[in-house]
Amino acid sequence: MEGFIDLKGYGWTLWAGVAITIEVGICAAIVAVIMGLLGAWGKLSKSPVARTIANTYTVIVRGVPELVLILLCYYGLTILLQRVLSLISGEDVRIDINPFSAGVITIGIIYGAFATEVFRGAFLAVPKGQIEAARAIGMSRILIFRRVLMPQAWRFALPGLGNVWLVLTKATSLMSVIQLSELLRNADVAARAVHMPFTFYFLASLFYLGITILSMLGQQRVEAWANRGVRRA
Amino acid sequence: MDTSVITNNIDRFVSGTLLTLQLTAVSVLLGLCLALLLALARISPRRFLWMPAYAYIFYFRGTPLLVQIFLFYYGIGQYFADHPDIRAYLQDLGLWTYLRNPYPFALLTLSLNTAAYGAEIIRGGILGIPHGEIEAARAYGMSRLLMLRRIILPRAFRIALPAYTNDVVFTFQATSLVSIITLMDLTGIARVLISRSFAAFEIWIFVGAIYCAISYAILYGFQLLEFRWSGHLRDRPGTAAKPAVATTVLVR
Repeated sequence: MEGFIDLKGYGWTLWAGVAITIEVGICAAIVAVIMGLLGAWGKLSKSPVARTIANTYTVIVRGVPELVLILLCYYGLTILLQRVLSLISGEDVRIDINPFSAGVITIGIIYGAFATEVFRGAFLAVPKGQIEAARAIGMSRILIFRRVLMPQAWRFALPGLGNVWLVLTKATSLMSVIQLSELLRNADVAARAVHMPFTFYFLASLFYLGITILSMLGQQRVEAWANRGVRRA
Repeated sequence: MDTSVITNNIDRFVSGTLLTLQLTAVSVLLGLCLALLLALARISPRRFLWMPAYAYIFYFRGTPLLVQIFLFYYGIGQYFADHPDIRAYLQDLGLWTYLRNPYPFALLTLSLNTAAYGAEIIRGGILGIPHGEIEAARAYGMSRLLMLRRIILPRAFRIALPAYTNDVVFTFQATSLVSIITLMDLTGIARVLISRSFAAFEIWIFVGAIYCAISYAILYGFQLLEFRWSGHLRDRPGTAAKPAVATTVLVR
C-alpha cells in the first residue's frame, strides 16, 4: 500500500484502526444478539410486563439517532451515575467508562432493538404445528426452544442478522466521536497530522467497503450452509 | 434534575430543530430526484448505465455516512492545498467562504447518501410490479416514456413506499451527524449547551425525546399517505375482510 501512495508512515495506524473496528463490531454484535433474543422473548411473552418493556425498548431505540444515544450513554449516564453515587455515599465520586466498553454496550443495545425484530419474525416463521407436536410428545419449554424453535429460527434470522451486522459495522465509525481509536478516528488523526484529509478518509472508506464486501461474502456462505437441508422449489 | 438550562434555551432548541428538519426535507427531495435517475440507470440493460449506478450505490451504501461527510467536507481541502492558485482565484471571486461553510457539504453528502439507499428501494419497487401490467401497457402501444410515467413509476412508488418511509426516518436521524462538522442542528445545539452547563443527562434525554417524537410523526404521516394511496386495494366499507396492504415499520 505504501508503494503507490505515500502515507507518511501512517499506514499501520489505519490497520490498527481496522482491528479495533472489527473488535468493537464483533463484541457489539454479540451484545446485540443477546439483547435481540431477550427482546424477542419479551415481545412474544404472555406476560404484559415483559411485552411492555420489550416494546418500549424497541420503540425508543429506533426513534432516536445512534449518535444521540451514544452521547447520552457515554456522557449522560456517567454523570447521572456519578450524581446518584455521590448522593448515596456523600462524597464526590468520579466514574470513567472507557470508550471501548461504552461503544460496545451502546452499539449492542441499539442494534439489539433491530435484532429483536429479526428474531421475533424468525420465531413466528416456525410453523405452529411443529411446536404443538413437540408439546404433544411432552417436551419441556426449554427443550422445545433448544430442539425445535432455535435450530429453525436461526436459519430464518440469518438474512436479517446479516443486514444488522452490515449496518452495525458502519455504525462503529460513530465511536470516533467518543475518542475510541477505531478506523475513522485513526484516519482522522493521520489526516490532520500530515494534512492529507482526502487520501486518508478515502482509504478509510475503502477499508469499510472491504469489511462490507467480506461480510457479504461470509453471509452468503453461512446462509448456503444453513440452508443445506432445505429443498428448493 | 436541573431543567433550567432547557427552559432558558428553548429558542435555541427550536432553531436547532428547524435546521434539522430543513436538512431532512431538502436532502430527501434532492435525494429522491437522484435516486430515481439512479434506479432507472441501475435497471437498464446498457452496461455504461448500470455499471456506474451499481458502483455508486455500492460505495455509498457500503461506507459509513460519517466517513462520507469527512471525505467531502475536509477532503476537498487537500485539493486546494495542492492547488493554491485555484484557491487564490476562488478567494478573489469571493466564493471561498462558501467552500468553508459546512452547510452545503452536509446537504450534499446527506443527499448523495440517501439517493443510494432510495435508488435500491425504487429499484425494488419497479421489479415488484406484476409483469402482466407492463405487458398490458406495451400491448396498448404505449411508448417507453409514457409507460414509465403512467404505469411503472406510480406503481413502483406505491410498492416502495413502506421501505422509503424507513429511509426518510433514518435520513432524519442521520442529520444528527452534521453536528460533528460544527453545524448547529438539534444535536449541535445540545453539544454546545452541554459543554457550557454540564447538564448532559437532562439535555440528551430532552433532545432524544424530540428526535423520537419527530421520527414517529414522520412515520405516522407517511402511513396516512400509504392509506390514501392504497384505496383501490381496500375493501368497500362494511365488508369484513382485512386489506392485504403492506404497512411500514421501522426496520433497518
